[in-house]
Amino acid sequence: MTALAVFTGAALLASLIADRRRTWAGIVFGARMLVKILPALILMVAAVGFILSALNPRFLESLFGGAGLIPFLAGLTVGAVALIPGFIAFPLAGLLRAHGVSTAVLAAFVTSLLMVGVVTLPLEIRFFGRKAAIWRNVLSLAAAAVVALMMGLVLR
Amino acid sequence: MKTRRFGTRLKKIFPWVAGASVLFLWGASQLWPQFTFGERVGRSSLGMLLEMAGILPVMFILVGLFEVWVPRASIERYLGREAGWKAVPWLILLATLQAGPLYGAFPVAIGLARKGCSPRNVFIYLGAFSTLKIPLLTFEVGFLGWQFSLARVLISLPAFILVGVLVDRFVPGWTPSEFQTSGANPVPSPKGAPDLKR
Repeated sequence: MTALAVFTGAALLASLIADRRRTWAGIVFGARMLVKILPALILMVAAVGFILSALNPRFLESLFGGAGLIPFLAGLTVGAVALIPGFIAFPLAGLLRAHGVSTAVLAAFVTSLLMVGVVTLPLEIRFFGRKAAIWRNVLSLAAAAVVALMMGLVLR
Repeated sequence: MKTRRFGTRLKKIFPWVAGASVLFLWGASQLWPQFTFGERVGRSSLGMLLEMAGILPVMFILVGLFEVWVPRASIERYLGREAGWKAVPWLILLATLQAGPLYGAFPVAIGLARKGCSPRNVFIYLGAFSTLKIPLLTFEVGFLGWQFSLARVLISLPAFILVGVLVDRFVPGWTPSEFQTSGANPVPSPKGAPDLKR
């Protein structure tokens, strides 16, 4: 992320030197886009607040523990609904594994967390339209299930 | 008719109501310390807000600069319909070099689409971004081991490409209409953008 910020800063500087008016036009373009999605962003912040405060490691452990279909589906569902940044999600997944959660369930949690975003769906709809956003999430959820099942088979 | 209008109005104010209820719960927890749920909701919302404040301005400046400087022809050539499967390695390269959550990639994907990246490739880019970012992989390897990461990457690769193909198939004629027709483009014509190489 820092690298990206540095890169953007450098690009902005170069752009300013090259053509100030055009740079301004670019910034206005970006700012307009940001303002348009502001309500969707606020909704997302609120949703994350509610969902993250309901989840805690012990609750997840009780949900994901054991074998069979239910922990697997729980992994997929929680991964799809939650929006957890990687620097929290992976330590959490490591902790869950240390407490005996199976690879397939962890894989289901991680892959659907990465590929599916129910909380970000309003934002995605703003950007890509209802149909495309919903299809992408539904298909990604199916893909996450398949990927997780195969990982469970490969890794044991 | 009237109910429909009421529905859209409700939809419009709903985000603000949600935001206000977070503030309300947090405020309540400040008044009654035993109400910890409000405290937690407030804290996680603030964390999310700070995360977005760190990421989105950078993303939108980048997308704005991309919009005014990158010539349409080059994106069309490498990522457009005619590029075929040769576009996939470029999409993956582009996605792995980025960082941050998936919602940060949405504006970038729209920026690409506006410059002629084909719909299929837009959705493949989103898939690649969600699964293959290098900063994410380093974290994953550290906590779950390289076997886990390697298996996930290798199995996810065909999966997200298939998802991109299917979204393109199920939503024919997709265009980023929201940001294309609303006069958001401050530059008269993308064709007017000079080539950077000059």
